[in-house]
Amino acid sequence: MVTLKKEMTIALYRKMLEIRYFEEKVYDLYGQNLVPGTIHLYAGQEAVAVGVCANLREDDYITSTHRGHGHCIAKGAQLNRVMAEILGKKTGYCKGKGGSMHIADFSVGMLGATAVVGAGLPIAAGAGLSIKLKKTDQVVACFFGDGASNQGTFHEAINMAAIWNLPVLFVCENNLYAMGTHQTRVMAIENIADRAAAYGIPGVAVDGNDVLAVYETAHEAVDRARKGEGSTLIECKTYRHKGHSRFDPATYRPEEEVEQWMKRDPIAQFKAKIFEMRALTEEETNKIEQEVTTAVEDAVKFATESPQPTPEEALENVFS
Amino acid sequence: MREITYRDALREALREEMLQDETVFLLGEDVGRYWKGAFKVTKGLAEEFGDERVRDTPISESAIIGVATGAAITGMRPIAEIMFGDLSALAMDQIANQAAKLTYMFGGQTKVPLVIRMPFGAGVNVAAHHSQSLEAWFLHVPGLKIVMSSTSYDAKGLLKTAIRDDNPVMFFEHKLLYNIKEPVPEEEYTVPFGVADVKRKGEDVTIVATLYMVHKSLAAAEELSEEGISVEVVDPRTLVPLDKQAIINSVKKTGRIVIVTEDCKTGGVSAEIAAVVAEEAIDYLDAPVKRVAEPDTPIPFSPPLERFVIPDEKKIVGAVKEVIH
Repeated sequence: MVTLKKEMTIALYRKMLEIRYFEEKVYDLYGQNLVPGTIHLYAGQEAVAVGVCANLREDDYITSTHRGHGHCIAKGAQLNRVMAEILGKKTGYCKGKGGSMHIADFSVGMLGATAVVGAGLPIAAGAGLSIKLKKTDQVVACFFGDGASNQGTFHEAINMAAIWNLPVLFVCENNLYAMGTHQTRVMAIENIADRAAAYGIPGVAVDGNDVLAVYETAHEAVDRARKGEGSTLIECKTYRHKGHSRFDPATYRPEEEVEQWMKRDPIAQFKAKIFEMRALTEEETNKIEQEVTTAVEDAVKFATESPQPTPEEALENVFS
Repeated sequence: MREITYRDALREALREEMLQDETVFLLGEDVGRYWKGAFKVTKGLAEEFGDERVRDTPISESAIIGVATGAAITGMRPIAEIMFGDLSALAMDQIANQAAKLTYMFGGQTKVPLVIRMPFGAGVNVAAHHSQSLEAWFLHVPGLKIVMSSTSYDAKGLLKTAIRDDNPVMFFEHKLLYNIKEPVPEEEYTVPFGVADVKRKGEDVTIVATLYMVHKSLAAAEELSEEGISVEVVDPRTLVPLDKQAIINSVKKTGRIVIVTEDCKTGGVSAEIAAVVAEEAIDYLDAPVKRVAEPDTPIPFSPPLERFVIPDEKKIVGAVKEVIH
């Protein structure tokens, strides 16, 4: 069991809140027609990105998915520039060329989100190969969903990472649904982590709504990876609070199931634990909540007030 | 000048760049010490540079390109080999949606210095899954550079340029070219992208040809010269960037153009070159554009069938005569 050091408690709680409040704002802005395209919200899955990334250094890498705002924030991207990208602004990380589904911040090792399900796995393995060839002790965390674990790239990339002993954490966020398709309709096993056995690497299934459990599991995997002991498949069992994308009312999810999972909200659970263990006072959590509220409001202000890209910029960056 | 094969020219380029830059490494199916590449291009490199930098992979084309892309965006210069161009279909998402688009999609935050080598082409009776010329697929993907070198000299110089380029470069070779022997200087040189080469000067008709079709066009030009027809053969050498001006300049001089490519005619490279001429040089034409290309079939197995669909000297000579008369 991780001893809940104050500094760590604050960091974990703050990051999870940043993601939650950020996603709530994105949802609101979408309702106001300020967000072009679509959005895939990370709310409900915060413990995964935060629990994993809390183990990473700035020079470590992550790869992300269409549901990637949380990964960006957890790895240390600035709320302002993430929000600006979602709004398609010139000041966004990708100058408005990527949008919600394709955010990257190479300055903090966030190698980008790909909106092709499963496409990030080989890219993450490649970053791992790069680390191995350069003989550094960096690691890579590759986030993907339960749906991606049925892609051929899952097999190809994890196999390659296993045979070459690459420092990669394959982090499967199993939120039970690939769009509207429940896991039980598309795989005959309960734990995606079991697939690790096929590649000869450790596979661990963990409560993805318990940030400390995720932190501990990732800690061990990062430790192994840094020591040159190779990859780990970590399955984090979690649940998205909203539908797949903005237009999805998620009617395919039984009410009881949603209720059960909402009771297990990762942030509410962690907050309860914080008080139970007397790690922080209510005054302290209030202060964090207030600070995060302000930071997210600032991000919205920055993004909404930022200029649109000039149309001709569409022709730039096709080549380096 | 010494003469070396196209295969050896490619190997020299790989070796020289690996010696100069530690971040250059090779990966692909059987490129290592045991098989040395399906066409033996990588022979001796694993022995010299080690198995880490000349890396055999599982049969996983998608991951070969994805891993190479991931390495490229984190500071390496990978050279991935796809054993046959046809198999690029298995890696298409990683090539077309990932490698080609990351620089753009992420607003220029990253470069993708990646070379993807693969052999194209028919002529060795291996049928529909090992004989295609698929350059048009990649021509339609913004963000990819495309090299098609027809000679040993160009192969070496262009491959070195490709390895030093900060973008994904599709480097297409032709199976029938590996054994051709041509002059290649001992000293260091590179060939720039976007500069066509006039392989034969002429006055009456322009032939624009790529890869192995350059050689067939040169043979046709020789045959036509005996009948007093002077043919200019222009090899674009890179399709992206394309040296449009060289093609237009030649058309301005000759007033006639025949485009010879081994890919399928419909939606093919020949169509794109014809469109360039139509948009930018139609006033100089004295005859309609003529194309000699594969007649929109899969590549058949049996030798007479295969010969029938692949452009040859006779078809090229026929096309030239049609635009002359």
